Amino acid sequence: MTATDRSVIVDSLGVGLATGAYGVSFGAISTTSGLDVLQTCVLSLLVFTGASQFAFIGIIASGGNPVTGALTAVLLGSRNLFYGLSLAQKLDLNAPQRLGSAHFVIDESTAMAVTRETRRQTRLGFYWTGISIFVLWNLMTYVGAVAGEKIGDPQTYGLDAAVGAAFLGLLWPRLTSWHARLVALFGAAVALGLVPVTAAGLPIILGGGAAVVLGMLWRPKVSS
Amino acid sequence: MTALWTGIVVMIVGCFALKYAGLSVPERVLNHPTTVRAADLIPVALLGALIAVQVFADDGSLTIDARLLGLVVAAVLLSLRVPFLPVVVAAALVAALVRL
Repeated sequence: MTATDRSVIVDSLGVGLATGAYGVSFGAISTTSGLDVLQTCVLSLLVFTGASQFAFIGIIASGGNPVTGALTAVLLGSRNLFYGLSLAQKLDLNAPQRLGSAHFVIDESTAMAVTRETRRQTRLGFYWTGISIFVLWNLMTYVGAVAGEKIGDPQTYGLDAAVGAAFLGLLWPRLTSWHARLVALFGAAVALGLVPVTAAGLPIILGGGAAVVLGMLWRPKVSS
Repeated sequence: MTALWTGIVVMIVGCFALKYAGLSVPERVLNHPTTVRAADLIPVALLGALIAVQVFADDGSLTIDARLLGLVVAAVLLSLRVPFLPVVVAAALVAALVRL
């Protein structure tokens, strides 16, 4: 193992620890939103894409239909499709390997893999990040879920405010341009306008959809 | 099966299918500039809408309460490059404290 290999692994584990740890906030918010411990743990084990999981429980907590919640979550997970696309060539996997690896395609494992120079280091970054997050994310989800169930009313501990903060934390790194900031604000404004007139859960998917359309139609002159 | 489990199964199947398709579909199929732009915009737009509803909605009406203060605290901490978990905990603490 070379020094570069080692540094890829150390960096990956660092990201894995930092990211996996916030599974505890997902677990706690999930069981205070009305899911039980089993449902919460199944989400982390089998869905395993943080933003989508938070979106689902956010919609459930606000009284939305679970299927609307799931569709919003899947739409949010569509970015993983494009992560897979940019990873596919660099990871260079055969069919059974793709089936076994797809579950670990998330924001962080992609970020830690696509910047590597060689196939070996791409794979090291991808698997060490993806699997370390998977293990810790699931352990911490369970810890948070059990704690959340004991806590009871989320308002007492400000857990309802924690959801908004969690979404903002996920959105923050993407707000690098004025274009992105305006699209996010427009999505927020349309969603708020719809809250009094539509069923819970719909304002999010409709507001988000409208903002995507706006973002597509309005192209900033300096595009990268 | 309850509605909640139905939603969970839809998510499991949908999210895995997207991840697997990304690794398997030939690159040229999805690499159209329009698709790539939409893919960049979807998380930004949806998260914007999610935050707004999470912070201001209360059973079909809009309201301003401790959740907004939590969000402001989160924004300040994020702009100071504080990591995710402390930001979430701080937002919860502030909201809980002003409700005392």
